[in-house]
Amino acid sequence: MTQTIRRYAQAGAIWALAFMGGGVSAQTVEIEYWQYFFDARVEAMEQLIESFEANNPDITVTMTHFPYADYRTKVAAAIPAGEGPDVVQLFYGWLNDYIEADLIQPLPEETFPAAAIDDAFFPMVQAMKVEGQYYALPTAVRSLALFYNERLFEEAGIEAPPTTLDELVEVAKATTKTDNAGNITQVGITTGMTAQDHHWFREVLVRQFGGDPYQDDYRTVNYNDEAGLKALEFYAGLEKEHGVTASSFMDEPQAAFKAGRAAMHIDGSFRIGSLADQRGLNWGVAELPAGPDGTQANYSSYWVNAITTKADGERYDAAVRFMEYLTSDEAMQVWLDVVGELPAKPSVGMTEENANNEVFGPFIRGLEYARTTKFANESAQRQVLVDMLARTDLEGQPLKESLAVAAEEEQAILDEYYAQ
Amino acid sequence: MTGYRNLTIRQKQIVWAWTFLAVPVVFYVVIRFYPTGTAILISFQDWNLLGSRSWSGLENYRTLVADPVFWKVFKNTFLYLLIGTPVSLVLAFVIAYHLDKLRFAHGFLRMLYFLPFMTSAVAMAWVWRWFYQGVPIGLFNNMLASMGIAQVEFLNSTTNALPAVLAPAVWAGLGFQIIIFMAGLRAIPTSYYEAAKIDGVGWWTVLTQITIPLLRPTIVFIVVFSSIGFLRIFDHVFNMTTNNPGGPLNATKPLVLMIYETAFTNYDMGYAAAQTVVLFVILLIVSLIQLRLLRST
Repeated sequence: MTQTIRRYAQAGAIWALAFMGGGVSAQTVEIEYWQYFFDARVEAMEQLIESFEANNPDITVTMTHFPYADYRTKVAAAIPAGEGPDVVQLFYGWLNDYIEADLIQPLPEETFPAAAIDDAFFPMVQAMKVEGQYYALPTAVRSLALFYNERLFEEAGIEAPPTTLDELVEVAKATTKTDNAGNITQVGITTGMTAQDHHWFREVLVRQFGGDPYQDDYRTVNYNDEAGLKALEFYAGLEKEHGVTASSFMDEPQAAFKAGRAAMHIDGSFRIGSLADQRGLNWGVAELPAGPDGTQANYSSYWVNAITTKADGERYDAAVRFMEYLTSDEAMQVWLDVVGELPAKPSVGMTEENANNEVFGPFIRGLEYARTTKFANESAQRQVLVDMLARTDLEGQPLKESLAVAAEEEQAILDEYYAQ
Repeated sequence: MTGYRNLTIRQKQIVWAWTFLAVPVVFYVVIRFYPTGTAILISFQDWNLLGSRSWSGLENYRTLVADPVFWKVFKNTFLYLLIGTPVSLVLAFVIAYHLDKLRFAHGFLRMLYFLPFMTSAVAMAWVWRWFYQGVPIGLFNNMLASMGIAQVEFLNSTTNALPAVLAPAVWAGLGFQIIIFMAGLRAIPTSYYEAAKIDGVGWWTVLTQITIPLLRPTIVFIVVFSSIGFLRIFDHVFNMTTNNPGGPLNATKPLVLMIYETAFTNYDMGYAAAQTVVLFVILLIVSLIQLRLLRST
């Protein structure tokens, strides 16, 4: 009896489907995608959703975006209430908080086998793996590189960007200008821990001087040693010893570079867009200079997508398929072309065309040896390094002491976070 | 309906009064008192905005007392108050006093003084931030450099930064205070001044014996108003030090900025709520003291 009814119902459903033209039907699954508002990201996502829907006519994806400032609050309020996104974008550094708060669920092992992802993605993406399971994956990543002003290089007779830290100092000396009173009017290289330099110090300089900034999966601070001190001496020396920079020069490092008052500037790939719009500024990009023993290092950060705990049943299946598409080569190429963020997989990044791209190339090549700091609280940990330099600069504290204080402060932040 | 009809006129008036009062009462309960109560509650809890809240007793307050940054920030907050209030009071009085005597271009000058008060604090803070930069872009330092004087680190200094941030805040509030002072000056009956003139008293005596004593309510009002403003200073500091909020080395950080950071960059809502409760208590005490002073006039 029940079987007959079910057969009739099935027949009816098929008939109804055929009648409605088969396209948009009552069986369409609607899933929601959330990200924060940034013009290019929204545009790229619109394109991705469009082609995803074309290939998966049974799924509709609705995108919602919020100003960055409200993002976390909105996500936190919506998901436990059974509302909001099925697939959500989050900063890699928030992963632990999101897992802890039960907002996201692990990616299914059948579709996203951990071993295959380890192989397919750039190595730093492994930070998204918790106890052998991936919880989130990026479409695009960012890394650091050295921007240089071609006109200032030419003026000083410099032919190629520096490839080592020693060369960096020499080039910076040649391109620094001062007025009669000795005030710097053009810096050789911009510095400022408040910008990207704290990443350069942590993941790049400390490693290049032979150290290992953290141990125990980023739970133990380890830069308060000989290598850390050398790295700090190098960094602080740019201003104090060589006089090729001033830490608050023109308010912000990127402003100085944009205004053509800085010959070199270390920044992330996200800066490309705003520099490209700057008229009259001829700039190039090079990989970060190698350390004294030739060590190359880089820092990578990224936004990831994850499936929320709200997605279940057929919405879950649809979300998995959408995630699959977001981590596909095709999606990564779209993201690179529209947003200018780097592909998260070597299969897209290391193509002949992308890896040798004049602008993106140095960033993408940097991904091969980039690391991702697992922050407990990025802004607090950044503040520790900002203060470390400020103490030596404004209060005359010896570098060694200031480094020790910084390590202690940062350890306290980590301890508090992991104690919970 | 019959119930209403049986009421006396007095009672009907009360019913109507409460009907109209209901709107602000509901507004205050929902928009003010309920969040205030919740904030006090959260100050005894541990909450990172995601996940659930858990009770932590007095832990947040214990952390607060032991936190050197809190005491630094506490000191800064009172520095803003203790420098800002007298400076702006004296400046506003001096300007209002002379502006009051001035006939020529009086309205235009008054408008000029009032203009900063209407300007957005954010825009103003960014313009001043640019003034304070070093060579080659900063206005002040370029002027100094062109006269051959060494540069002054305005914002990148643990001693100069706080007064540097305070200056535009004082300037911004000045226009309002001048207008209030002028209204106060106009309200003093001219007969006192005429009597003084007949007696042949000097301007100093007039100022100290007539003008200032009779301005007392105005002065108390401005002091109350501006000290609450300085205790809650935020936008100027935040916008002038966005790269290193409240820095360098917390030299400019006021309590409100610390609350903001604890809540919305560290997501430590319980600790932030505890700081809010402390700010609430400070504001309450300051206001009560000043209201008392106001009443004794």
